[in-house]
Amino acid sequence: MAEMNYGLTETQLEIRDMVREFAQERVKPVRAELDEKEIFPRELLNELGRMDLMGLYIPSEYGGFGAESMMDFLIAIEELSRVCIGVSVSYAANALGADPIIIGGSDEQKKKYLTPLAKGEKLAAFALTEPNAGSDAGGIQTTAVLKGDKYILNGTKQWITNGGEADIYSVLAVTNKNKGARGVSCFVLEKGMPGFSFGKKENKLGIRASATRELIFENCEVPKENLLGREGMGFIIAMKTFDVSRPGIAAQGVGLAQGALDEACSYARERIQFGRPVIANQGLQWMLADMATKVESARALVYAVARTFDSGAKDISKLSAMCKLYATDVAMSVTTDAVQVLGGYGYMREYPVEKMMRDAKILQIYEGTNQIQREVIGLSLVKEYASVK
Amino acid sequence: MHVVVCIKQVPNTTEVKINPETNTLIRDGVESIINPFDENALEAALVLKDKTGCKVTVLTMGPPQAEAALREALSRGVDDVVLLCDRAFAGSDTWATSYAIAQAIRNLEKADLILFGKQAIDGDTAQVGPGVAEMLDLPVITYVRKLEVEGDKVKVERVFEDGYERMEVPMPAVITVLKEMNVPRMASLKGRMRAKKAEIKMLTAAAINADPEKVGLKGSPTRVVKIFSPPAKMGGMKIEGGEPQEMADVLVSKLRERKII
Repeated sequence: MAEMNYGLTETQLEIRDMVREFAQERVKPVRAELDEKEIFPRELLNELGRMDLMGLYIPSEYGGFGAESMMDFLIAIEELSRVCIGVSVSYAANALGADPIIIGGSDEQKKKYLTPLAKGEKLAAFALTEPNAGSDAGGIQTTAVLKGDKYILNGTKQWITNGGEADIYSVLAVTNKNKGARGVSCFVLEKGMPGFSFGKKENKLGIRASATRELIFENCEVPKENLLGREGMGFIIAMKTFDVSRPGIAAQGVGLAQGALDEACSYARERIQFGRPVIANQGLQWMLADMATKVESARALVYAVARTFDSGAKDISKLSAMCKLYATDVAMSVTTDAVQVLGGYGYMREYPVEKMMRDAKILQIYEGTNQIQREVIGLSLVKEYASVK
Repeated sequence: MHVVVCIKQVPNTTEVKINPETNTLIRDGVESIINPFDENALEAALVLKDKTGCKVTVLTMGPPQAEAALREALSRGVDDVVLLCDRAFAGSDTWATSYAIAQAIRNLEKADLILFGKQAIDGDTAQVGPGVAEMLDLPVITYVRKLEVEGDKVKVERVFEDGYERMEVPMPAVITVLKEMNVPRMASLKGRMRAKKAEIKMLTAAAINADPEKVGLKGSPTRVVKIFSPPAKMGGMKIEGGEPQEMADVLVSKLRERKII
C-alpha cells in the first residue's frame, strides 16, 4: 500500500531512518524507566549530539548540520516522539532556548553560544513563564536593571523545560516598566552566573523524563553584552521564537499520535475476544480508521507549514499556531482512543499507551495553550479580513 | 598506529530458517547485517581512534553485496574500507578464508592491531581470527572483553566461563572480542551521507597475490558432510510439592528408571 509522498529530500529520509532506529534501539527499552523514575535523558542527548542531530536547526557557519531546514528538525522530533515525548521535549527544548539567539543575536553571540549547542556539548532552555505570567506573557515581573557594564536581574521563572540541566538560558526580563510589552528584553544567561540558582524539580503528570524547574535570580549579574538585540526587543524575539518553535510541538503531536496508533493496531490484531481478533469488529475498525485519518491529516498540515517556512515565508504566526493547535488536539484524542482500544491493559503501566495519554496533555498546554493558539489564529483573521476591501 | 578490523556480513539469524529438505539456510528475503561480535570489534577500534587518532581500516571478504556492511562501517567513522571479492574465493572454508584475509592484510599498510569478533553467528566456528594470526605469524588473544593500548603493547582481559585473565601482548597482534566489550555507536548524519557516496575499494585474488591453489573450494581442506538442525531440547521435568524427603525419593526413582544411577 502506498505511503503518503511528502517529497522528502534524501537527507530528510536519512534523518527519518536514523532517528527511527535510534528511538527503537536506544529510547524504547528505557522509556518506561525514565518516566517512572523521572530520569533526565542526558546520555541519549549526548548520543544524539554525536550523531550530528543536536545541530539540525543551527546554521552551518555555527557548526550546525547546515541544511537550515525546519523540515529536517521536525522529522527528527516526530520520530523521537513516536517513542517518547519526554525525551523529544528535552531534545527540542534546546532549539527553543537557542532560537532567540538565532533570531536576535549578534554574530559574536551566535558563535559563542550556538557552536557548543550544535555539537551537543551544551544544552539550552528558554525562560519566559512566571508564576503570574503564563498565557499573559506580557505580564512578566522579572526585572533587569543596567548598572555599569552589567544588568542586575531579579525575579523567578517557572516551569522551565531543561531548567537546571541546561547550560545556556534565554531569559525574558523587564527593562522598562512603563513600556509594557515593549519594555521587555531578552538576555542570554549561563549556568553558574552569580545570583542565578534553581528551584525544585517539578513532579509532573507526563513527560516525566524531562526536567522542569524554577529559575531564581537574586541580584543576578549578567554582562551587558549578553543582551540580545536592543532593549525592548524581547517580546518580539519571543513571539518570533514561538512562530518557529510551535511547529516542533506539532511534530511532537504527530509522532506521539502515530506511536499510539501503532500500539493500538498491533494490539487489536493480537487480542482475541469472542473467538476472533478484536480488530475484526467494525466498531473498533472505525475507531482506528478515524485515528489514522487524524494522524495523517495532522502530519500533512505540519509538513506543509514547515515547507512554507523553508521556502522563505516571513510571517507564519497563523500557520504555526494552526498546526500546533490541530496536531496536539489530535495527539490527545488519538492517545485517549488508544487506551480505549487496549481496554484494561491500556490502563496498566505494562503497556505504553497510558504513558502516551499522560504525556499528550502537556502538548495542549505548553508553548501557548491551545486557547492562545486560537487567539493567534483569530487575530490573524481579523487583520487579514480588515484589509479585504 | 594502524588498526585493521575484519568483519563478516551475515544473515540476521533472528529471522533465519533452515530448509528441512536440503538442510541449507534459507537466505532469501533475510536481511543482512554485520556480524554482531564484529560490531564490537569495530567499536573497539573506533574508541581507540577517538583516544589516539589511529587509522582504522575495515576489511571484509564476501560477494559484491557485502559492500553494504562496509558502508555501515564507513558511516560510523572508519578511515578506509576494503572489500575482498572474487569468484575464486567462492566456497572457501575457514582455512582458505584465513589465508585470503592474511594475504589481504599483507597488502595493506602495516597493521599494528588486527581485531575480529569472537565468532560469526552463521558458522559459529571462531576459527578465522586465530587462523589469520597463525598465517601472519602473529600472537593472538581470543575472547577479550577489555582492551587498552599502552605504548607498543596491548593489555587485555580474556574471559573464561569461571573467571578472566589479565594479559599483555606486544603489537602487532590479533585479538578477538566479546559482546560485553562495548555498545556499538550509531552512525552520525554526516557519516551516513558520506558513506552513501563513497567508492568501495575492491581487491581480487590476483590483487593480493593469492595462490589459486589455496583459495576457494579447491583450497579448502574441510568437507561439509551434512548440515542439520539439532533436535530441540526436551522440556525437562520439575518435581514440586511435598517434603524434601519425598521429593528426593521421586527424583531417585526417576533416575533409576532411566538407569542413570
